[in-house]
Amino acid sequence: MKIDSAARYQASHEFARKDGTVFVIGISDHAQEALGDIVFVELPEVGKTFAKGQSFGVVESVKAASDLYMPISGTVTAVNDALGGDPALVNRDCYGLGWIAKVEATKAGEFEGLLDAAAYEKEAGKD
Amino acid sequence: MNLVPEKLLHEMSSPGRIAVSLPACDVPETPVPAGLRRGDLRLPELDELSVVRHFTRLSQKNYSIDTHFYPLGSCTMKYNPKVNELVANLHGWRDTHPLIGDEFSQGALELIYKLQEGLREIGGFAAASLQPAAGAHGELAGVFIMRAYHVARGEARRTKILIPDSAHGTNPATCTMAGMTTIPLPSDAEGGVDLHALQVALDSATGEIAGIMITNPNTLGLFDRNIETIAKMVHDAGGLVYGDGANMNAVTGVFKPGLSGIDVMHFNLHKTFSTPHGGGGPGAGFVGVGQELMDFLPGPIAAKNGNKYALYMPSRSIGSVKSFYGNFGVLVRAYAYMRMLGAEGFRRLAENAVLNANYIKVRLEGHYKVKYPRRCMHEFVAMGDIAPGIHTLDIAKRLIDYGFHPPTIYFPLIVPEAIMIEPTETENKETLDAFVEVMIKIADEAKTTPDLLHHSPTTTPIGRLDEVGAARNPVLCFKG
Repeated sequence: MKIDSAARYQASHEFARKDGTVFVIGISDHAQEALGDIVFVELPEVGKTFAKGQSFGVVESVKAASDLYMPISGTVTAVNDALGGDPALVNRDCYGLGWIAKVEATKAGEFEGLLDAAAYEKEAGKD
Repeated sequence: MNLVPEKLLHEMSSPGRIAVSLPACDVPETPVPAGLRRGDLRLPELDELSVVRHFTRLSQKNYSIDTHFYPLGSCTMKYNPKVNELVANLHGWRDTHPLIGDEFSQGALELIYKLQEGLREIGGFAAASLQPAAGAHGELAGVFIMRAYHVARGEARRTKILIPDSAHGTNPATCTMAGMTTIPLPSDAEGGVDLHALQVALDSATGEIAGIMITNPNTLGLFDRNIETIAKMVHDAGGLVYGDGANMNAVTGVFKPGLSGIDVMHFNLHKTFSTPHGGGGPGAGFVGVGQELMDFLPGPIAAKNGNKYALYMPSRSIGSVKSFYGNFGVLVRAYAYMRMLGAEGFRRLAENAVLNANYIKVRLEGHYKVKYPRRCMHEFVAMGDIAPGIHTLDIAKRLIDYGFHPPTIYFPLIVPEAIMIEPTETENKETLDAFVEVMIKIADEAKTTPDLLHHSPTTTPIGRLDEVGAARNPVLCFKG
């Protein structure tokens, strides 16, 4: 399992990573591996606001469709349109080219409350 | 099995070939108006014998409960007794018409009434409707009933529904379709609803909780012993309890959901009550409710007045969810089954369904991991990651080579590499043993000759399909 040590995670396997004034949101390497070949990503609308824990999209693989839960409250400023043509980007590079959304946080303090790399590694090991 | 891949009718088509010759036209011919004519349909042109052979060969490739064991978890693929078909094909049922009126439909109404009452008794409910045409349709009717109840009490704010992560997969979709929002609930270490998380969720949305949708036994095949506590907690928060009856086969004649605090519930007649399932449908749902919800049931509902039967609409009904009275032919089959089994038979059904599942579970435990090892109900969830590089999908495909329909895989989502096995009560010990022995053989092959699994199935007209390619680049039109 690959871990991005700059990111923070929630137990439902989404990560958030600070990138200038926004947070990049995606799913962890553990999650993409468990899902298997991803065939579709339903992206949120740019401009829409989500509370932490709210469902903001769906990742679909040949095994399962899985809801995405927002790790940090905020407004979506950008989505990764490249996933429309190539959803496998999430499998190949979940922390990089396979990012899902960028969010301007309304409660940036929530970031500190997420699991750090070590805590998430322990959490994901339970599955 | 006939192993030759079957061509499509379009591939066998030859221009000008024809299967029927129509009699000479005895009325003036009127051409189809030009704007309505299409030349691009390219309908296949074949002779009659080729068409008969095509469909006969396709039918020989079918896999069905009448030919093989079908341990598809959560689907209750039990044997559908042939007497059901005999009864449903009686002239009086088959050729009646829903518009001939109550006076000439007394037999049909009596059957609907007695089936409704029998199922109500099995579930422990105050009232019921047989309108819905499928399980998920019953769920939708049930959630509409919950919604109507809250609105009638001036509590339209109650739009949130709690769904345990071990619930039946259609529940979240049903809620969304009914305009509600869902709150997922985690399972505890025993595989039941986490009561602490339930309390937190209830407290987080005071005054907004419409209810909970719970499947018991759940999709892990485990009975949640806390069902009465869960129901009380939800009731105390002003919510209602929806019971998903998908797994009713485990508890008929043993546990009455309506007496455990469940307010509204559907049964799948095409699972527990032995009517044809899947492509052989159509299905039929049943919705049972407690006293406080009976006025909201979908209608019409059959009632007995003196020695006459009649249809009526409940006073605050959510309306009709299906034309006429549901899928009547399916109701006839379910009624035949209910009368054949009787109260004692329903109890034995559940006991044998649970016994068969536990027998397979115990025999496989040394070879496959089972996430929740306690005694299961009518099904259990094993895991397919039994050797390096082997996935559940490989095991499922290899089972086909040995002549078994694969179990449900990758569901429930909370068990990685899930294999969900439900044998039902209608299988004998020899069949269960044959399945177990093949599963053990596959577990050995996974360790010694893993490529056999990766390349399976090899005994079918078409081998391993490229599921990823099909999902990423679907080609939905035939281009010959």
